[in-house]
Amino acid sequence: MIPELGHFALILALLLSMAQSAFSFGGAARGSAAWMAAGRSAVVGQFVFVAVAFGALAWSFVERDFSVLYVASNSHSELPLFYRIAAVWGAHEGSLLLWSLILAGWTLAVTGASRSLDAPFRSRVLGFLGLISIGFELFMLATSNPFARLMPAAAEGLDLNPLLQDFALAVHPPILYFGYVGFAVAFAFACATLLEGRLDAAWARWTRPWTLTAWLFLTIGIALGSWWAYYELGWGGWWFWDPVENASFMPWLAGTALIHSLAVTEKRGLFKSWTLLLAISAFSLSLLGTFLVRSGVLISVHAFATDPARGIFILAFLTVVIGGALLMYAWRAPRLKSVAGFEATSRESFVLFNNAFLVAALSLILLGTLYPLFMDALKLGKVSVGPPYFNLVFLVPMLPLLALLGVGMHAAWKRGLLGTLRKRLYAIAGASVAVSIIVGAAAYGAVRPMTTIGFALAIWVMLSALLVPLARLRGRQPLPAATLGMVIAHFGVGLATLGITGVESFKVEKDFALGIGDAASIAGYDFRFAALRDVRGPNYVGVEADVVVSRGGEPVTMLKPQKRRYNSGGNPLSEAGIEVGATRDLFAALGDELGQGRWSLRLQYKPLIRYIWLGAILVALGGLVAALDRRYRLRATAVARHGTVSAAP
Amino acid sequence: MTPRRKRLLAVLGILAGVGAAAALAMLAFEDNLLYFYNPSQVLAGDAPDGRTFRIGGMVTAGSLQRTDGTLEVRFVVTDYRNSVPVRYEGLLPDLFREGQGVIAHGRMGEGGEFVADEVLAKHDENYMPPEVAESLHEPQPARVAE
Repeated sequence: MIPELGHFALILALLLSMAQSAFSFGGAARGSAAWMAAGRSAVVGQFVFVAVAFGALAWSFVERDFSVLYVASNSHSELPLFYRIAAVWGAHEGSLLLWSLILAGWTLAVTGASRSLDAPFRSRVLGFLGLISIGFELFMLATSNPFARLMPAAAEGLDLNPLLQDFALAVHPPILYFGYVGFAVAFAFACATLLEGRLDAAWARWTRPWTLTAWLFLTIGIALGSWWAYYELGWGGWWFWDPVENASFMPWLAGTALIHSLAVTEKRGLFKSWTLLLAISAFSLSLLGTFLVRSGVLISVHAFATDPARGIFILAFLTVVIGGALLMYAWRAPRLKSVAGFEATSRESFVLFNNAFLVAALSLILLGTLYPLFMDALKLGKVSVGPPYFNLVFLVPMLPLLALLGVGMHAAWKRGLLGTLRKRLYAIAGASVAVSIIVGAAAYGAVRPMTTIGFALAIWVMLSALLVPLARLRGRQPLPAATLGMVIAHFGVGLATLGITGVESFKVEKDFALGIGDAASIAGYDFRFAALRDVRGPNYVGVEADVVVSRGGEPVTMLKPQKRRYNSGGNPLSEAGIEVGATRDLFAALGDELGQGRWSLRLQYKPLIRYIWLGAILVALGGLVAALDRRYRLRATAVARHGTVSAAP
Repeated sequence: MTPRRKRLLAVLGILAGVGAAAALAMLAFEDNLLYFYNPSQVLAGDAPDGRTFRIGGMVTAGSLQRTDGTLEVRFVVTDYRNSVPVRYEGLLPDLFREGQGVIAHGRMGEGGEFVADEVLAKHDENYMPPEVAESLHEPQPARVAE
């Protein structure tokens, strides 16, 4: 009964999102306040019914209703409550429902916070958001109904993939989706702007906090995924250039370019059409990412062949959304002229470089990610693009980007660089290179070109970021939240660069065959396989090893890697034993029994790896601080007065 | 220098930069394309000599052999028509099992043995690598639900 109610609620939500679009667009075109109000009521209704549908599916999971196909496929009677709820978005159908719920939530938030905007414009934004809702709800109802029944009901569920039974991965999809879907707001704003054919600073100012919020969630989501891959997959890597990872990283790159370009559009009225194009791109890549990951196309284009309806719908939906937006862009963008000049060393130029490098990296990553799909679809052979390609095409634009970042932060709008600052920056640059060589030689006993460049850029960016608040405080200038956010985020970028350089330059990964009592040593640490015992968890059994780590005879820590087997059957799963440290992680994963009482163990030494995720957290925190800047709220009221005037019928 | 001349130089500079970047990217792209072959294609000589590629198929039941007490394993990959022996030294992934699909990355060694430097199994335990599924010469046993 409850699943049927959920299904019914989903149908009502679809009808309401149609009403939302129709009344919003119609109302804006006719200038009818009543129609526009009806559109806003539909937003509330849509949210309520998607929430009811989501609740119904969650209830089916909590109550272990194995007569629902989706529940039977992704749950098990022994699955703990937390993971029964997380299992709602454990596969294709449920993740679409979560997507819709988050979109409905964002739409509701936009409706509530946009009173200050020009009424027809506000309505058109809601109209475009409604169109996206229609697409997703129609897709679910037509091809991927999460409420489909299984007759007869299964006696037991197939269980949630044990790899997904983990805290970081349980919260990873909702956070990532928050980011993906958040770009829908910037997208809808861009579309409404193109439809009206005018763009003012108020537009950019209004969009900035929303885009920042979406982007910061995406940042956290990607960092969580990377962290999970590190400790759960048992490989100890933090980024694999896997298509699934690229799918979330590409919208992030576009979003990063967008938040920078938006700043120029707001402050200087420049880059208008470019900003709109980035807003369209960021959301288009989010859509592409959602579908690539969850529909199975990425695994094989032939996944479409097993369910052609899904494939055709996805292609049609992507074509309508992306193609429609780009057509509107081609039609209207020429109207949006930017009228102002700027000097070569002004902040505008630096943002332009930032965007050029980010978009270059993005395009090359897109090429590498989609190329195998095209080859496969055209039956030209099965290929994959190896990580060295991605490393190169990402690194080459990022090095100049980081070098310019340190200067760009201090550049003034419109004018060139100031003389005194120039001297200070030279000093910082010199210090960065010197510290980098010293750190490389003293801490790791090696001075290698790429490592030196990496460390130098990291230190350069961090010091240069710190100079901003110091200079402001010394000059008794105010330090607005937006500037502080920028400083924190850029400092985080430097910190992440430090971590990436450290781990990629000096990591040690090695597999060993060890009997109990045996020891192996890597990077100056001795790992002794001391003991092995049986363990029992709520829904699994397994073995746990004691690996005692010492350095020069001094005990350091004890790692406890596990090998689990879940009661629901299936393959065993490794849980790595990790010792977290400020300068390095020590990592042990337990493999298989090899005979003669020996086990295979993967031992790793990962210097500075924590700073990658710590940096990412700072980047997201910087986004949060900037999004909370009072300026966005103060000016919004100023727009409000203007808005109410033009909204009067 | 006139502003016009300056602009021209800037545009030329950008074009040169973009061109160089594109050439670099294409070179990197060519070098890092990894082709996939099944055992029949490998035996027919389609796979390149002396270059790494990926081989995929099913791990023949009962073919897994360990050199006792070491990390060295040998197993046979089959597409149900032809088979290729594989040698690997290291930790096998959690999802590795006899009778299931596998992809190995490496190159052909001596005596027709494939020397793998990496053995891959994907996240999902029901999941059969698609290249493998399509390259098999036998129909797959149907799975319960998705």
